[in-house]
Amino acid sequence: MPWDEGLVNSLIYDQPDPKEGRVISYTAAVNEALALALEHDESVFVLGQGVDDPSAMFGATRGLHGRFGRTRVFDTPLSEESMMGVSAGAAMNGMRPVFMHNRPDFVLLAFNQLVTHAAKFHFMDNGQTNVPMVVWAAIGRGWGSGAQHSQAIHGMLLGVPGLKIVMPSTPYDAKGLLLSAILDNNPVCVFEHRWLMKKDGIVPEGVYRVPIGKGIYRRHGQDVTIVGASHAIELGLQAAKQLADEGIEADVIDLRTVKPIDEHIILESLARTGRIVVVDTAWMTGGLCAEVGCLAAEKGFAHLKAPVCRVGLPDVPTPAGYTLEQFYYPDASRIAAAARTLVRTGVAQPTAAR
Amino acid sequence: MIRYSYSGEGVQGFGKLAQAHAPAFLIELYRSMLRIRRIEEEIERRYHQDQMKTPIHLVIGQEATSVGACAAMRRTDLLYSSHRTHGNYLAKGGDLNGMLCEMHCRANGCAGSRGGSMHLIDKSVGMAGTSAIVGGAVPIATGAALAAKLKNTGDVVMVFLGDATTEEGAASESLNFASLMQVPIVFFCENNFYSVQSPLYTRQPVRDIRTWASGYAMPAVTVDGMNVLAVYDATTRAVERARAGGGPSFIEAPVYRFRAHGGAGDDSKTGYRDLAECAAWEPYDPITMFGAHLRETGRLTDAAVEAMESEIADEIAASFTFALESANPTEADLYTHVYAD
Repeated sequence: MPWDEGLVNSLIYDQPDPKEGRVISYTAAVNEALALALEHDESVFVLGQGVDDPSAMFGATRGLHGRFGRTRVFDTPLSEESMMGVSAGAAMNGMRPVFMHNRPDFVLLAFNQLVTHAAKFHFMDNGQTNVPMVVWAAIGRGWGSGAQHSQAIHGMLLGVPGLKIVMPSTPYDAKGLLLSAILDNNPVCVFEHRWLMKKDGIVPEGVYRVPIGKGIYRRHGQDVTIVGASHAIELGLQAAKQLADEGIEADVIDLRTVKPIDEHIILESLARTGRIVVVDTAWMTGGLCAEVGCLAAEKGFAHLKAPVCRVGLPDVPTPAGYTLEQFYYPDASRIAAAARTLVRTGVAQPTAAR
Repeated sequence: MIRYSYSGEGVQGFGKLAQAHAPAFLIELYRSMLRIRRIEEEIERRYHQDQMKTPIHLVIGQEATSVGACAAMRRTDLLYSSHRTHGNYLAKGGDLNGMLCEMHCRANGCAGSRGGSMHLIDKSVGMAGTSAIVGGAVPIATGAALAAKLKNTGDVVMVFLGDATTEEGAASESLNFASLMQVPIVFFCENNFYSVQSPLYTRQPVRDIRTWASGYAMPAVTVDGMNVLAVYDATTRAVERARAGGGPSFIEAPVYRFRAHGGAGDDSKTGYRDLAECAAWEPYDPITMFGAHLRETGRLTDAAVEAMESEIADEIAASFTFALESANPTEADLYTHVYAD
């Protein structure tokens, strides 16, 4: 097995108990959401580079073109900007496109249509036009993905009114949030993480929805709040376990949606713990870390017993080699170290590596 | 120096084309162009009063393309457009009150004062939307055509674009995809030779713009954009082809913009184009030419024109009054329609 797949397979995830429900993989959950949406709503169609090829978008789209036909599940030219606009135009005229990308990096080619068109029309047309579309992409990490294949771009999009952004962390959420995104009447970005794709989880059959805009507690504690989304939650939970062994109990909040953000759950937790560590799969500067940090300072100042602490990527492009990467990405022990220092000394160690 | 010359047949160009149409239809085309011209002139006349706090991109000189092309469409067919949208909107049947209220930033504007003059919309007549980013509407319109095909609505989509749009990557991408998927769309290029003040030759190699489009395996024609009947005929063929499942077409229509890119008046004296060039195009003004033909052939009389002018003037005056007397939006209006329910 090549070392890349081996790496994903070797990630330590808690195995779900099959007695508690049906266990399927993360990609199977995404696939099921797409199939259900295609089955239940004729206006849904799925497009993207390679959605019908043997790799099938990490398996997320496997078999869909065979089952629903190539009119509804189709490959596209390498024309990201135009295809984003085509998706918006179809959405404005009664369709519900799901435009899939291997990586968020490719969505950057389409920012004009996503940011300046799809996100604007409903407001600009005074509510006369809805743009119910989904933009799906999986954040890369490792395997030499480097500066151009591992960007997490949600931070750049937080300041775009009219957009919604969801970032699932479990197979259950991957299915439920994707179904919510497809049924939503707005443009919704669904950013998955490549390292969650082999994760198994309990996923009910049939249609269910995870609400957009609501966070959830993954763990309860009273000493510190660890908040984030997507793969950062996996790391945050591992960090919380390490901390528990030392007698530090953490709240772990999975935001599930990063825009619009669930302010209530963050402030509610902060009121109990007085300390907050914001973790993200992306850069700390101007992104989710900065936004949640600002929220804590602006609306939760009275609760704070220590400074806000951010654990994300330093203001450095992603290196391709694993030799540099080991100093770059936050991991569970770094998150734990940041939380431990915050609780014990009241000092924030803001970055992952330095 | 005259860099870009009129290359059509002038008034003679109407001869054979007009025979195929009933006089009432021809008169209606003339009236529609005249109405757009008078609306634009009144907007221009009042612009410095600063009541319309919105950019304007006048279509004076380009009425034939709007009117001829829209006359070939059904009401339910969808039209997308660019920043220069007044003529497209009015020709498709867009409500004048809605347009002038929008330009006066009123709550009852066609886009509730969120769009301004570059985002005129009237979905009741198929004026489906615009983009103020050059080339922005082309993919959107292509997506609308894809939706029409997937839903089998029988509707055709048309998108107006300028010569500079053909330089945008997304336009090339859209033509490629439209041809690949054989969606029912007409790409209508109003080539007025200048992007703001930059002439075509500084932006594109010298060749017919239609050859850019024909490279995407679709019919591409050039028609006299100052001749409303030539525009109507070419667009009718393209629309019928699209409706019959024949896929996309491209039409290039050379036109002349008698005013500045934006704002009131002409800015030719700044030197980006020769005043002699503007003067050379004046005899080929689409309304003057068509009016001359209709008079020569006895279809239009001075009395009829006078009656038309009077009706149009009354309509415009009433519409400006309506806009000026309409209510402004409130602070609460700002926060609506950020997200759809």
